[in-house]
Amino acid sequence: MSKLTPVLSANWDQKDSFTFEAYKRNGGYTAIAKALSMKPDEVIQTVKDSGLRGRGGAGFPTGNKWGFIPQGDNKEHYFVVNADESEPGTCKDTPLLMANPHVLIEGIIIGSYAIRANHAFIYIRGEITHVVRRVQQAIEDAYKAGLLGKNILGKGFDLDLVLHVGAGAYICGEETALLDSLEGFRGQPRLRPPFPAIAGLYAKPTVVNNVESVASVPAIINNGVAWFTAMGTEKSKGFTLYSLSGHVNNPGQFEAPLGITLRELLEISGGIRTGHKLKFWTPGGSSTPIFTDAHLDVPLDYEGVSAAGSMLGTKALQIFDETTCIVRAVLRWTEFYKHESCGKCTPCREGTWWLVQVLKDLEAGRGSEADLDKLLDLCDNIMGRSFCALADGAASPIISSLKYFRQEYLDHLAAGKCPFDPMTATLFESAGVK
Amino acid sequence: MSIQELGADQQVQVEMITCVIDGFEITVPKGTLVIRAAEKLGIQIPRFCDHPLLAPAGACRQCLVDIEINGRAFPKPQASCTIPVENGMVVKTQLTSPVADKAQKGIMELLLINHPLDCPVCDKGGECPLQNQAMSNGRAESRFEGVKRTFEKPVAISSQVLLDRERCVLCARCTRFSEQIAGDPFITLNERGALQQVGIYEEEPFDSYYSGNTVQICPVGALTGTSYRFRARPFDLVSTNSACEHCASGCAMRTDVRRGKTLRRLAGEDAEVNEEWNCDKGRWAFKYEVAKNRIKNPMIRDSSGQLQEVSWPEALAEAANGLKNSRSGVLVGGRVTIEDAYGYSKFARVALNTNNIDFRARLHSQEELEFLATAKTNATYKDLDNADHVVLIGFEPEDESPIVFLRIYKQVHKRSIKVTSIAPYASRGSEKLKANLIKSASGSEVSAISALSGLTSKSVVLVGERISETEGGLSSIVKLASDTGAKLGWIPRRAGEKGAIAAGALPNLLPGNRLISNSSARVDIAAAWSVDSVPSEIGLSTEEMINSDLQALLIGGIDPMDISPEAKIKLAKKFIVSLEIRQSDITDIASVVLPVAPVVEKSGSFMDWQGKVRKFEAAVDQTLNRSDVRILSMLADEIGKPINLPTVNSARVEFESIGSWDGEVSTMKLVVGAGNKAINNDEAIISSWRNLLDKGSLQDGEENLAGTARKSKVVISQSRAKSLNVSDGDLVRVSNNYGAVTLACQISDIDESSIWLPRNSLNSQLIRNLGVVSNSVVKVAKA
Ligand SMILES: Cc1cc2nc3c(=O)[nH]c(=O)nc-3n(C[C@H](O)[C@H](O)[C@H](O)COP(=O)(O)O)c2cc1C
Ligand code: SF4
Ligand code: SF4
Ligand code: SF4
Ligand code: FES
Repeated sequence: MSKLTPVLSANWDQKDSFTFEAYKRNGGYTAIAKALSMKPDEVIQTVKDSGLRGRGGAGFPTGNKWGFIPQGDNKEHYFVVNADESEPGTCKDTPLLMANPHVLIEGIIIGSYAIRANHAFIYIRGEITHVVRRVQQAIEDAYKAGLLGKNILGKGFDLDLVLHVGAGAYICGEETALLDSLEGFRGQPRLRPPFPAIAGLYAKPTVVNNVESVASVPAIINNGVAWFTAMGTEKSKGFTLYSLSGHVNNPGQFEAPLGITLRELLEISGGIRTGHKLKFWTPGGSSTPIFTDAHLDVPLDYEGVSAAGSMLGTKALQIFDETTCIVRAVLRWTEFYKHESCGKCTPCREGTWWLVQVLKDLEAGRGSEADLDKLLDLCDNIMGRSFCALADGAASPIISSLKYFRQEYLDHLAAGKCPFDPMTATLFESAGVK
Repeated sequence: MSIQELGADQQVQVEMITCVIDGFEITVPKGTLVIRAAEKLGIQIPRFCDHPLLAPAGACRQCLVDIEINGRAFPKPQASCTIPVENGMVVKTQLTSPVADKAQKGIMELLLINHPLDCPVCDKGGECPLQNQAMSNGRAESRFEGVKRTFEKPVAISSQVLLDRERCVLCARCTRFSEQIAGDPFITLNERGALQQVGIYEEEPFDSYYSGNTVQICPVGALTGTSYRFRARPFDLVSTNSACEHCASGCAMRTDVRRGKTLRRLAGEDAEVNEEWNCDKGRWAFKYEVAKNRIKNPMIRDSSGQLQEVSWPEALAEAANGLKNSRSGVLVGGRVTIEDAYGYSKFARVALNTNNIDFRARLHSQEELEFLATAKTNATYKDLDNADHVVLIGFEPEDESPIVFLRIYKQVHKRSIKVTSIAPYASRGSEKLKANLIKSASGSEVSAISALSGLTSKSVVLVGERISETEGGLSSIVKLASDTGAKLGWIPRRAGEKGAIAAGALPNLLPGNRLISNSSARVDIAAAWSVDSVPSEIGLSTEEMINSDLQALLIGGIDPMDISPEAKIKLAKKFIVSLEIRQSDITDIASVVLPVAPVVEKSGSFMDWQGKVRKFEAAVDQTLNRSDVRILSMLADEIGKPINLPTVNSARVEFESIGSWDGEVSTMKLVVGAGNKAINNDEAIISSWRNLLDKGSLQDGEENLAGTARKSKVVISQSRAKSLNVSDGDLVRVSNNYGAVTLACQISDIDESSIWLPRNSLNSQLIRNLGVVSNSVVKVAKA
């Protein structure tokens, strides 16, 4: 029997799954009726009890985050959804919004009700125009159905939802940079404290949650805490979307209980590209230290991955087989971080600039073994020294790749060039492509 | 880099926190940042973005230290410039933590990879925090072998500030200063990653009156002053603490001189006055000192009417001859030091036996004279820090006393205090202060003043010298202050006016605020001066002296065009002894010209608007030190009635020993205000003030500075624009019987009956062009 537990993705195979009608047909928008007849604090308590943890990368308990919003403070509160999904490998929020935007809207209504916000925002990645249109339509439909706007379901709760389209910066996924961007400024992380729960959007108490975190809430309200906590592991409850990409036969979204292993996921997804074997993979997007085939049985929950030396992150499993040059892969990621560094702090801004140059030389087989130590030392000067976590993400793949594949770096130096043929790693016809 | 005294201005008891830094225990007020607490122990944590007067940014990461609280260590080093101390905190800086030390060295290495390292040709070389800290907290050698980022350079972000983007360490001090302190967010950081850079808006230049401060606080040579760039190396300069001579804000300054020439001036530090800032005029207007038309030797006018250089004894004899035994008076000018003002004051009474003395080289009134001699002006910067409400009357702090503006802005920014301005329209400065504007035509402010309510003893009323142009204005202000208990500050534009009052350079006042009308005050002074008596008759004011039939006048630095269009012609009929730095309208008509020194070449002191005195020494070594008082003393000897003030120091000592009057005081005779003027449709009441940067003679020759002056415009109301059928930017002609000014108009929310023009700016020098500056009816037409 498959270990999959499709909840969010249950109806993605229906042609019209993204429409308001389909969502209703499949039992959608029933959780709000339930939630809106509970006291807001009860909603928060339910989410706390479920043990739901943020799916945006850090895994912070969602109910606790909602509970931090000071109540009775006579201030506006804001509920902000982080749909900026830009991390290499991370590709769960986008298909979710494509296939079922209404589940997010329902989650937003419940969350806003719980924290007593009358304004909610979705900050969406600007490049995905097709998804933007779809979410916009869904919001309009929800307004038409009286599920957004004034006096929702006659319960006296008002909520306005605004879709804000980002301008193309990975850093705007970092929650405080997101808030700056949402306010119309250039997106750069803010100094904390104050945390968004105290002074977030327009300096008012604000919750920032990932799309998947919020979309998971309606099912919890409908099915109850016991249903949710029956899935997953001791400290990582429930189901989640695992995104498999790269050298697998059937890449895509796999919704399963937390704690499933890559070995199990590979079985479900048809295994590594036929004729090849697993070389390395990321457990949670490019910012998380890589794993190798020695980690096939690591339980993919927050504790398991962390005990094995990485992070569950966004559960973006990028799979690389033996045709892939580790140096080349790491260089590509590093180029991404260099391009996306916001420039605010020295280690990230200058460090990524330098790292790319060192890695380029190494990939071309230039340099000596001492350069590997220099590279590691550089990472040590960047990791944990920066203003936000972006730079940690930049250093992680480098450090972990040197941990597992130092010899491969040396092979480059010995050969004076990259010993791999990049064509063999591509997934398209290699004939004629250069 | 100074230690910020948190809580220094707070009377309330602040909670104290004890923590340990590098093994030393230290107790500091709650809220103190780790980096500041370390400073108190003499431990210097390297830093770039940190600045005690700016909100923390935590951007450069140079200040990383290890921190543990009650035994729990942070997993990674923390930015000490962003974290306040806590009880039980144990901090290990680079001195005791190898991790912190390596972290700092690592950051420094990274900061330098894209830095051009062109120190040998950089203005900052030799006084550069990057250079210094790279030596103290960096690796000896860089391991970077790659390609540096390059930019075109320099980029002019204004006519007076140039940006070298390669040198910039992106600390955001300049941008934070402009936004948080000056309220001029015209420079920002743009782009991202290593391409992040400081930039200006395409359509809005960096025309801030305070832009020079960004050059001063830039921790590298990325921002340089156009006038100073490539002119000197810091180690060739001799620095002297000085006082700004430009306005009554009273900035502490530093004057840097190389081989007898001033090369730059910087803001000095004075927490009570200018903190660490100054304005661009104070910083960049000093070329007048070395102008081509400096007078070097004494001159007398020969029979053909030409000035001829002569020896000092000849000139002094000629001057003494003309002054003694004639009905005479003294015009001091508003820019002299306290010591010089005291010299003029004593000279008039002792050598000329007259109370005909007035420092007011501008419009003035009898009511003002009464006010200056009697009013209690007790407001200070500290009062602004604690004010609940600041009222501005006939006073535009950003233009007329820029540090007063910064101080008010600070509280507006920090505590959103209330500001009210009585003015014809909301200037850019008053918009920045979010001032509640009470629109009043010039001349009719009295009703607005009398209608003010809600002031408390924590309120501060700041009055500009211009209010003397409104009859009854000062009287209603005195009444307002005494009715409400609000603190009152009178803020003249020029740096010498407050000191001149104290020195008794007024026709009704003797030194130390002693009224001439008071006989025991006169006896007091006569005793101090060892003379039989001082004249008892109230003297003539500036205007009266000019219009009178006095035969001779001794004149310090004044411009007759600041007083009235006919002043020069009238003065030309008298025997004039002029004490001047440069050739001027007065030396043009003087019979004897005696050269005196500009402030850099002499010592002295200025009294700021609060009454605080700032002493300074000569920055340029001049064996002669020709301060006015020294020359007056020689002249008095020549006249035969010595004042015995041969040096600045002797004048200072004597003046200080006289002290302030503690006897009975009199109150001001109040004057009733005039009603509103009636005007026709095509007429308006003119109002004006001087922009900070304008045609003022001390700014002569400063082209880069002039490049950021605000454009001359005539401000008109919406309805006037409609009736004139003009739109923003169209030319409008303002005229009267005397003359006309034509300027582009700016349509604004101005009092319907009023128009506003700059008083002394390019193409708008009102006394010269119109003969009036305020409170007068003019014709307005489309040009
Ligand atoms: C550089 C950077 C990029 C990030 N990008 C995203 C993103 O695209 N989407 C997201 O949900 N969280 C992102 N995060 C995490 C957010 O800061 C934040 O933790 C998250 O939105 C919280 O939501 P959650 O509690 O529901 O996980 C990013 C963090 C960093 C440091
Ligand atoms: S680590 Fe620094 S430069 Fe990089 S994205 Fe975060 S704040 Fe910006
Ligand atoms: S120009 Fe100077 S002050 Fe401004 S960010 Fe760059 S280094 Fe800092
Ligand atoms: S504010 Fe006044 S005192 Fe200060 S520098 Fe400017 S002109 Fe000089
Ligand atoms: S000085 Fe602390 S981060 Fe810059």
